[in-house]
Amino acid sequence: MKEVSVAAGDPREFIAFRIGVQEFCIDIMSVREIRGWTPATALPHAPAYVRGVINLRGSVLPIVDLAERLGFPQTDASARQVIIVVQVGAQIIGLLVDAVSDILTLTNENIQPTPDVASDFVKSFVRGILAIDGRMIGVIELDGVMSNETEAAA
Amino acid sequence: MDTMAAIRETFFQECEEQLGELEVGLNAMEEGVADSETVNAVFRAVHSIKGGAGAFKLDRLVRFAHTFETSLDLIRGGQLASSSSVMRTMLRSADLLADLVKASRSDHPVDEARVDAQIAELKALAEEAKEAPTEANAGGGDADGLDFQPVLLAIDDLGETEPQAARYAIKLIPAPDLYRKGNETVRLLRELSRMGEFRVECDTRHVPTLDALDPEGAYFAWRVELTTAEDEAAIHELFEFVVDDCELEVVVDRAGVGAATAEASAPAAAAPLAPFVAAPSFASPIASEPAESIEAVAAANAVEPEKAKVEAAKPDAGASPATIRVDLERVDRLINLVGELVINQAMLSQRVLEAGLARSSSVAAGLGALEQLTREIQEGVMAIRAQPVKPLFQRMSRIVRELTDATGKVVRLRTEGEATEVDRTVIERLADPLTHMIRNAVDHGVERPEVREAAGKPAQGEVKLSAAHRSGRIVIEVSDDGAGINRQRVREIAIKKELIAPDAQLSDGEIDNLLFMPGFSTAQAISNISGRGVGMDVVKRSIQALGGRITIASRPGQGSVFSMSLPLTLAVLDGMVVKVADQTLVVPLTAIVETLRPKAGDVHALGVNARVISDRGGFAPLIDVGQELGYRRDAADPVGSVVLIVETEVSTRCALVVDAIHDQRQVVIKSLEANYRQVAGIAAATILGDGRVALILDIDTFVARTNRSAAGQEPLLAAVG
Repeated sequence: MKEVSVAAGDPREFIAFRIGVQEFCIDIMSVREIRGWTPATALPHAPAYVRGVINLRGSVLPIVDLAERLGFPQTDASARQVIIVVQVGAQIIGLLVDAVSDILTLTNENIQPTPDVASDFVKSFVRGILAIDGRMIGVIELDGVMSNETEAAA
Repeated sequence: MDTMAAIRETFFQECEEQLGELEVGLNAMEEGVADSETVNAVFRAVHSIKGGAGAFKLDRLVRFAHTFETSLDLIRGGQLASSSSVMRTMLRSADLLADLVKASRSDHPVDEARVDAQIAELKALAEEAKEAPTEANAGGGDADGLDFQPVLLAIDDLGETEPQAARYAIKLIPAPDLYRKGNETVRLLRELSRMGEFRVECDTRHVPTLDALDPEGAYFAWRVELTTAEDEAAIHELFEFVVDDCELEVVVDRAGVGAATAEASAPAAAAPLAPFVAAPSFASPIASEPAESIEAVAAANAVEPEKAKVEAAKPDAGASPATIRVDLERVDRLINLVGELVINQAMLSQRVLEAGLARSSSVAAGLGALEQLTREIQEGVMAIRAQPVKPLFQRMSRIVRELTDATGKVVRLRTEGEATEVDRTVIERLADPLTHMIRNAVDHGVERPEVREAAGKPAQGEVKLSAAHRSGRIVIEVSDDGAGINRQRVREIAIKKELIAPDAQLSDGEIDNLLFMPGFSTAQAISNISGRGVGMDVVKRSIQALGGRITIASRPGQGSVFSMSLPLTLAVLDGMVVKVADQTLVVPLTAIVETLRPKAGDVHALGVNARVISDRGGFAPLIDVGQELGYRRDAADPVGSVVLIVETEVSTRCALVVDAIHDQRQVVIKSLEANYRQVAGIAAATILGDGRVALILDIDTFVARTNRSAAGQEPLLAAVG
């Protein structure tokens, strides 16, 4: 399994958010902005977790329902939901989550490997687990979110 | 290193411009325009390429450019007539020069044999010119230079025609700034000394006493006496970077006449430098000539170089307006932003209307003005991307040239409307189809000279390439004065290839359009020019991919006209905004043939699921767009819906069922691939006035997919939440 590639001890900031009752976080460096939900235009031939596309100041932004992507029931999109706009490689995508909770400053030492109870599918983008103040937060590696279409279909 | 690469890139970009100039000039000369302005422009183009190539040590390029330049100089000097055979050699040389530039740019190897052959050809021309006794050698700086022919030659080029030592007196008085900017006179002098026989003298008269000496001042002056085969321009080139920070005088002193020249053209300089000029080693043959002839030459020389320079400077001042180079990415970003502005403005207008403000209110009036402005900005920004089709057309003239050499046909390419502007991307993507059409016109269209003469036409065929703006689109026509389409033969081939039924009744237009059918090729013998399996169907597809249309008109014995109508930009598209199952879609207008509201009698069921609609005596399959895209489970009833009859690139007609037509408008095309990926059946996306994304249908892939899914597959999108 790939480790998060930062020297241990280097503090990094993460944005934590909620999907249902579970908490996850992503590296703040890949976050471009956070915005409210706007209705998306559905895309044909798209995997179920791609909710469609929205207009982000002139560019067409695909919206990924992270809940659906992680195998939870589909998020019931409403004005309460939030879109985290992130950069993955050269592309910019929006992640649909329930709410953004806080910003965490961590070092790699805080991150524990994902326990073996999780399926390989979940492990492919939940790269580690954080335990802070009794909360458990999954660290999401964005590279896996859009790719692996075949895996998602399976 | 990056800076160097950037400079190199600039050089190559400039080379392309120069090559364009060169070709324009040569073509004009071929057509008999031989004024000194044109000839000078041609010469200058080759000279600039040579100069730049020298700086980058592109020796092969320099070597060829030099030979080329030498021959051009003979034309410029009048020793070599610009006959058609000479011009053909010149044009071929220009082609080779272009190839060499391209090869140097990409560090590709060059066909040395071809270079050598061309150099030999050019040298042969030069020899010929020299041998011709009537055209007395005007070019050289030798004694016969007394002839009055040299009047058109600028002094600085004489040295190149026949590298012959000339003598220069150079005076250099550096200003303090020269040193302050990090230049060194010793380097400049060292470079000079490499050019030939060199003598330098330092003038220390102006060095003050120690108490008055400014350590950063400049007090020395130099006088250089240089005998070199290089031309004056080369000397000036050396001083290019310091010329603003010093006093520089270069006085040419060639073969004795120099004394007079120097006196006449630069009297001020002549006085202090007199000792150099009068050097005894310059006792020239002219000294023995009658005195009046010396005076005459001196007068001529003194005046003519000035005139030549004026002539050379003229086109620069008049022809090209000031331009700047801008990174394409910046322009695109600007275009994107303006597109945003337009959408925002539309949204704002909509909101204002929704808010119930009267149309006559000041807010609405202000919005109207804003709309006008945004539209103007949009047009202005689009115009930045627009470029004239001239370079594209120039490429075609080369193709015609190569084809005439290869086929033995005599064809002339005439171009019209080269200044017509169109989006850069359109130009880029037009190159291949246009090349193909020009090839077709020469290979299949124009007949062989003997056939033409037998038909009472001039032996030289003509292919015309024209461009014009017509109602917001650009129309490009390729026409030839050849035999026209042999419809009988086209029909036979189509039947043989089972493209049509043997008993099919086809109009002339329909037969002509068979050329666009995939897999059609009329070439009697497959030549390596056209008929390589890629036919007009590829051309048609490329044009349609650009949102364009192509049509043929042909008259037996008189030729054919292929005309293409293309959008001016790929950034916007004319589309029909339709509603399907609560989703808004845009259908490209170019694909739509007609729209109709079917009556119950028009729709017929075919099999279990399929339905067709009567359409011009035939039946077109009905496709429910909403169902196909997965927006709804069941197909809507075509009766009561709107049907769009569309034609795909392979000319099949389909009827698309949509709920309603909203609008017909220009939409800004937004890429789906940039942040997502390509979606089958969808060409791109756009943003509508309400700020929402709408998808633009790609009729071809959409219909192609439909045909497959009709074979019992799943609809495109299983379920939408």
